[in-house]
Amino acid sequence: MKVFRDTQNSQDRTNREGLKGWLNPTHYGWERLSYWLMRLTGLFLLVYFVGHVYETSNLVGGVNAWNSMLELTQTTWGHIFLILVIGTSTFHSINGIRLIFAETARGLGKPGRPDYPYEAVSLNNIQRSGIWVALILAAAAMLYGSSILFGGE
Amino acid sequence: MKTKFLLTKNASEKNLPRTNKDTAHIVLKVYRGGSNKKSGSLYSSFLVPIRRWTTVLDALIYAKEHLDSSIAIRYSCRMASCGSCGMKINGIPRLACYTKISELGTHTITCEPLPNFPLIRDLVTDFQQFFNHHRNMRPFIQNPYPDPNMEELSELKQTPEEVDKFLQFSYCIKCGLCYSACPTVATDTKFPGPQALSQAYRYFADNRDDAGKKRLNIIDDRHGIWRCHFAGSCSTVCPKGVDPALGIQLLRSHLMTISKNPRRLAELRKISDEGS
Amino acid sequence: MARNIQDAKRGFMRESTVMKIHYITGLAALFTVAVHIMMRLIMPFSMSLEYENVVANYQNVLYALLLESILVLISIHGFNGLRVMLLELRQDAMWEKFVFLFTLAAMLVVIGYGTRTIIIVNGLNL
Repeated sequence: MKVFRDTQNSQDRTNREGLKGWLNPTHYGWERLSYWLMRLTGLFLLVYFVGHVYETSNLVGGVNAWNSMLELTQTTWGHIFLILVIGTSTFHSINGIRLIFAETARGLGKPGRPDYPYEAVSLNNIQRSGIWVALILAAAAMLYGSSILFGGE
Repeated sequence: MKTKFLLTKNASEKNLPRTNKDTAHIVLKVYRGGSNKKSGSLYSSFLVPIRRWTTVLDALIYAKEHLDSSIAIRYSCRMASCGSCGMKINGIPRLACYTKISELGTHTITCEPLPNFPLIRDLVTDFQQFFNHHRNMRPFIQNPYPDPNMEELSELKQTPEEVDKFLQFSYCIKCGLCYSACPTVATDTKFPGPQALSQAYRYFADNRDDAGKKRLNIIDDRHGIWRCHFAGSCSTVCPKGVDPALGIQLLRSHLMTISKNPRRLAELRKISDEGS
Repeated sequence: MARNIQDAKRGFMRESTVMKIHYITGLAALFTVAVHIMMRLIMPFSMSLEYENVVANYQNVLYALLLESILVLISIHGFNGLRVMLLELRQDAMWEKFVFLFTLAAMLVVIGYGTRTIIIVNGLNL
């Protein structure tokens, strides 16, 4: 199959937005915000996950190693970090489920004959409500987590 | 990149009185720069009279005709039909002919070239990469029929319902706004972009086309359809209601073989079949 | 873009297969992590972090298998996500090869290191 290439360098990056394009959640609606948050939460959770695997490996060192690890993590800032983890993982999971549905065209509506004002059928409140539910549940999970971590048993 | 502000003569709003109660003025800031990075860039500001229905294109043409004839802009039909006048207006890719000054709600209108396209000069960008991505999707019906050697006239039968499956995607005017808005295109030069992918779906969904598997193989690539993450910006900016995001997700559902939208190839109807 | 069908298949796996794995691991990880978090709530939180209680959990074979599955599922899902983001940043052949090898290696290292912890702690007799 012949692939068309332009006469300029096809890697031409002149005037590309670059990372600014990724990091801009504004101007384009809820779905762009969801994209931005999925990337941020995903990276954050990956870093947390690697740290968590390392942190739990202290079990191998015995009770003293484990307790000295707990002294580092069971602090106020450690709890705040854990609350962030709870919120980001809740958002990432629920929005991820919404994306699995949306990216397989479930809940996006059907193609038809567009008419003025040419609103996009796919940007509807049915699939958008998944983002709102994810944000609300993430906030609720963070509140619950705070009550456990800071509220005592 | 150095950015300087250059006010043209009479550009100060305070100096110019309102001559007619129906005429107001806005400040039009236009990006001035070329592809030569050494020349730097600057914005030219113009005080432009507007009326109730003035569009951004009208304001740009006024500025070019009366204030600075060196502004480079591209436009043609003036009615959102050709897709030539795409540019970034107040931070969002829009068609200049289709954007009224009044709907922007600001006193200063900033016009910049479409992002993610190589810059030629001022507001004019190079569409060659964009068109190449489109061509790579093989944007034409591929079907062994009608055979040009056939003696009889024939047609591929298609019901109105079958047309509705792809019609909205055929309304694409290749204005490039979706390509500009896409966050993946911002960094990935090999990603075909929302326009090309939605056109891949347009031909995939057209039941006169017999090359469904070939089309899926083209886009099933690490820089193909899988780099779309449904940010929805393409559909937000599309001026013709093409909704490229919908087309891409529908195509993806077919790629994952979980689509509820089965394809049936159009039947060939020969003239001799009439009346039988 | 792929030059031909063979080129698309020449990679380690077709991208559609990789992304199906990404979706499946994500969904599966959701359930397994939910169970993992519930285990922290069957007793007071601070008690659940005591050394003896944690080790007792690891010595339960089913729980150890749960932890191993979380480790594998999240490593695959997370590092594949990182691979996707890195591939979008640059598009030359060297970079793509580096990204593939780096994420694969990181995945294997994390899985290996975590499995070591699970096996050793599971074998501890207090």
